[in-house]
Amino acid sequence: MRVKSARTKRFSRLNDPEHALNIRDAAFSWEGGFGIEIADFDLLARERVLLLGPSGGGKSTFLNLVAGITTPSRGRIDVLGTDIARLRGSKVDRFRVDSFGIIFQMFNLLPWVSALDNVLVPLRFSKLRRARVADARGEAARLLGALGIDATLHDQRAGTLSVGQQQRVAAARALIGGPGIILADEPTSALDSANARAFLDLLGAELEAARAALLMVSHDEALAGSFDRVVRLDDIARATGSAAA
Amino acid sequence: MSLLRLALLSLWNRRLTAILTILGIALSVTLFLSVEKLRTGARDSFANTISGTDLIVGARAGDVQLLLYSVFRIGNATNNITWESYQDIAGRSEVDWIVPISLGDSHRGYRVVGTTPGFFEHYRYRRDTGLRFTDGEAFGDLFDTVVGADVARSLGYAVGDRIVVSHGTGRGTGAEHDDKPFRVAGILAKTGTPVDRAVYVGLEAIEAIHVDWQGGGRVEGLQIPAERVRNMDLTPKTVTAALVGLKSRITTFRFQRFVNEYEEEPMTAILPGVALSNLWSLVGVAERALSAVSIMVIVTALLGLVTTLLASLEERRREMAILRANGASPRTVMGLLTAESGLIALAGAVLGLAFYYILLFALQPLLDARFGLYLKVDIPGVREGAILAFIVLAGIVAGLVPAWRAYRRSLADGMSIRS
Repeated sequence: MRVKSARTKRFSRLNDPEHALNIRDAAFSWEGGFGIEIADFDLLARERVLLLGPSGGGKSTFLNLVAGITTPSRGRIDVLGTDIARLRGSKVDRFRVDSFGIIFQMFNLLPWVSALDNVLVPLRFSKLRRARVADARGEAARLLGALGIDATLHDQRAGTLSVGQQQRVAAARALIGGPGIILADEPTSALDSANARAFLDLLGAELEAARAALLMVSHDEALAGSFDRVVRLDDIARATGSAAA
Repeated sequence: MSLLRLALLSLWNRRLTAILTILGIALSVTLFLSVEKLRTGARDSFANTISGTDLIVGARAGDVQLLLYSVFRIGNATNNITWESYQDIAGRSEVDWIVPISLGDSHRGYRVVGTTPGFFEHYRYRRDTGLRFTDGEAFGDLFDTVVGADVARSLGYAVGDRIVVSHGTGRGTGAEHDDKPFRVAGILAKTGTPVDRAVYVGLEAIEAIHVDWQGGGRVEGLQIPAERVRNMDLTPKTVTAALVGLKSRITTFRFQRFVNEYEEEPMTAILPGVALSNLWSLVGVAERALSAVSIMVIVTALLGLVTTLLASLEERRREMAILRANGASPRTVMGLLTAESGLIALAGAVLGLAFYYILLFALQPLLDARFGLYLKVDIPGVREGAILAFIVLAGIVAGLVPAWRAYRRSLADGMSIRS
């Protein structure tokens, strides 16, 4: 009976609309045996969670697993009710862009494309997000403006913008079309603390408007004040092999 | 933003590399088309040297040898045919026209051809094109001469000029027929054939300048002035060859057999087209070598394209990963790369075609004037279209190599690049 009730509880939790993300007993290994095992992790809808961990501690691998960029060798990773670990091929690509806005550590903008066109890239590949936006260019411009990018910079090539500006463009790209979850991989690592806080404030306001959850990984404990909850990677996961990615 | 726009913007971002690659392909295409044009132009020019002549008759020899000395003025006849045999052939009912050719003398390195005014009427080249005079006319007087276009241009001759014929065909033989000079009566228009590089005199004139010569030298103590020669019987004893036009082509083989089996003396009759084809097959190795060079040029350019794409792929790992992270499928990434290589190849092929026509327009008069090589400027046809299609297709196939690498490369690989 105990087993059955535990399973029932887990099932209800995985399909709970209040849960944006739920990971159970997932593991991943790089070639050479290094890897990570995640026992249990939840992210509630509209919740902002900071995942803290040292550099090289496996934070990026954690995010890659959540985003379906890498596939776990076992376990479940339920995103908005779908086990992303079971999706294959183009389905995972489509699901990723439908469900996540991703802000990478190096912002990963197309440097030769304008700031505005960079923001529009996810809409090119996600019908779902495209359908949520009536005027794509208008919404992209609005998001850029809301994140502090002056209109004069919208048509400027992303590669010519400052680091701080590029980061805001990356945030606007993650937010456009209202994905349920924003994943951020140390987006403030290149900023001083004042600018980092300012960026998080702007991002927080837009997240509130978009009703999206945020999972951000960082090694910077000083950012904890901007989040609903702080989770230490050590508490939910352990590195396997000699080192984690 | 469409994928095409994304591909074009990406290309524009790497415009220097892209332009250099496009230029490389364009130059290869230009080189390929030019070499092909030269190859086919040379063959056409060669095949067009003589047309409208049904048979060439000469002393018994190989068909290529007879063609070489009678039409191309290369080498010498081992024997002549007698005037009686010539007359016998000329008198046959099948013969529509006959033009004798008598070789053996020269003028400042150019062959002197003894013939009749009928030569200028009946000789045809390049799909039945007749000879034309740019100045003057065919010889009317015994000591009149007609010069080919190249002779007139290189030696600066005009109608009315006096020239002296040398004995023998070598340059500077020292034996000049200077007591019987010729007057330039006509200058032929450029034909792009060996006609341009010859001096034409009457058949009787050949006899006239040799009346006081024997065995390759002047007869000691004998000098017959030109005016006295005019009153002599100048009927030739032999001719080197004869060009024959038949009334009906149906009789060609029968007439050829008649000549080949002529009992009075051994003779050969050849069909110019067949002999030209035989001769071309002898020099066909050069043609094949040119073809091989053309193909190698294209292969090299396409290898260059693959190399450039592979090299650029390294710097584009991030770009591909960003697109993948934002929902692009591996197929989309593969499509982008192949579309890009196809675009580069198309741009290179079109630019190469443009270069080719510019080059052809610019060099055509020069090649015609300097080398007698006439290259016709055609509008792009099926052949050019097929080459362009092949280049674009090959470009797309070439793009599959880096595209496959990008396809196989995992998303995480691209995302892990930190600079």
